[in-house]
Amino acid sequence: MKSITQTLLELVSDWKEGFSGAYNIREDGGCAGRQSTKNIEIASKQDLPGLDIRIRPGTRGETVYIPACVTHGDVDDLVYNDFFVGRGADVTIVAGCGVHTDDEESARHNGIHRFFLEEGARVLYQEKHVGTGKGKGIRSIDPVTEITLAEDAVLEMDTSQIGGVDRTYRSTSAVLKAGAKLIIHERLLTEKDQTAKTEFEVSLDGEGSGVNLISRSVARDRSHQEYRSRIIGNTRCTGHSECDAIIVGEGTVSAAPELTANHDDASLIHEAAIGKIAGEQLLKLRTLGLTEEEAEAKIVAGFLK
Amino acid sequence: MLQIEGLSWHTPAGEQILDHIDLCVPDGKLTVVTGPNGGGKTTLAKLIAGLEKPDSGKIYLDGEDITDLNVTERARRGIGYAFQQPVRFKGLTVRDLVELAAGSGLNEAALCDLLGRVGLCARDYIDREVDGSLSGGEIKRIEIATVLARHTRLSVFDEPEAGIDLWSFAGLIDTFRDLRGKVDGALLIISHQERILSIADEIVVVAEGKIREQGTRERILPSLLSGAPACGRCPKEEVRI
Repeated sequence: MKSITQTLLELVSDWKEGFSGAYNIREDGGCAGRQSTKNIEIASKQDLPGLDIRIRPGTRGETVYIPACVTHGDVDDLVYNDFFVGRGADVTIVAGCGVHTDDEESARHNGIHRFFLEEGARVLYQEKHVGTGKGKGIRSIDPVTEITLAEDAVLEMDTSQIGGVDRTYRSTSAVLKAGAKLIIHERLLTEKDQTAKTEFEVSLDGEGSGVNLISRSVARDRSHQEYRSRIIGNTRCTGHSECDAIIVGEGTVSAAPELTANHDDASLIHEAAIGKIAGEQLLKLRTLGLTEEEAEAKIVAGFLK
Repeated sequence: MLQIEGLSWHTPAGEQILDHIDLCVPDGKLTVVTGPNGGGKTTLAKLIAGLEKPDSGKIYLDGEDITDLNVTERARRGIGYAFQQPVRFKGLTVRDLVELAAGSGLNEAALCDLLGRVGLCARDYIDREVDGSLSGGEIKRIEIATVLARHTRLSVFDEPEAGIDLWSFAGLIDTFRDLRGKVDGALLIISHQERILSIADEIVVVAEGKIREQGTRERILPSLLSGAPACGRCPKEEVRI
């Protein structure tokens, strides 16, 4: 494994000279290490680049790591990973991605992740994205996440882009059956001339299903972000989305939430706020002895934590 | 000790709010500034903390002229300021805020002690965000805790009683009484509240931008409570507790 890969793994996952449990490390489109366990089987797809990850029913407390790294320019990596989570399982999936280029060539990772949770399964899905390297090549990460939740399944998705990614187009969609719950926390940081586009579409098809979608972002310098969310309530269900963006410098943000209720017991709420850091917040932290720059850094770090 | 000489301030629209204020806030004592709404009390507190710049006059902290220092510099010299309307932060937790105030990490015992002094159980609050999920009373108590955490030379509390419920108010009075005995600096509270006035060492009455009267509690408080023309009758005196 390359040293750049190790550095990226430390940034995007719990890598400490190795993983315990099931894992697959993707490096520049190849495999830099894989391990299955008794309950979690990782196998290469036959027809497409990518993996089938099968988690046995009732598996509890295990973590599976599926990080992907691009370590130099002139790489356009495309991968299809499917996660099949058995009935009543309760697991954590960590799928970070790092792209690195030190030259003029662009580096891109496009991960298409599909989740199929059986009845009562619970998954904590953690996804951290970062771009590194001194090259002028464009670093892109374009994740596609498709989620299918059976009755009473719960998926909590914690996704963040912590810096250095020049272009991203993030697409997340989900279909929920009765009693299923989806919780999404997204955090995005863009700076310089970076752009980020993020789209969510959640279809609440089952009685008593619910989604809570919380997106927080910071657009620095001349960066630009676009947020689109669409929540569709087709039955008695609850949907809540919240989009908060802080603008620092000349950043620009566009947010377009959409709620569609196709049933009179669909309860859907959206909240959105975009603006610079409130002057009162800076003043409060300055009265604690911080400089204006230190106060801004603390507020941004807390907001994206 | 804080000394103020000839301090004046007017709004951008030209309305005179403070007019040549002279004031001394001695160490080891609790000084309470009171007076009718709109009389200039909060402006005085903001000028002391550096949130506003005076038109004229001087402010000295322990003999040093701090008039031209900004908010951060004054905070580092030892001025603490509790906002009348506390600021909310999405993402910063109670622990984050009080540790920023203390200037270092705090262990569980220190957090329990600090939040206990404002009537909050640390276990219930340290990981909560200082955002819209906290009630007005809760965030007010956390605001006061951020000043208590700082161990400052001068602590300024702007209407600490506002938004505090009846049950925790008694605890708050004990906190200020306790502080008076322990701090080596000065305490300044802006308040309308009779029970805060009743623990003051010194009372200063500010009305129409001027100091109407100042002196010991024993001398000033009776005239305030009798509704004498010292500051006029304040409806808040009777509403709160």
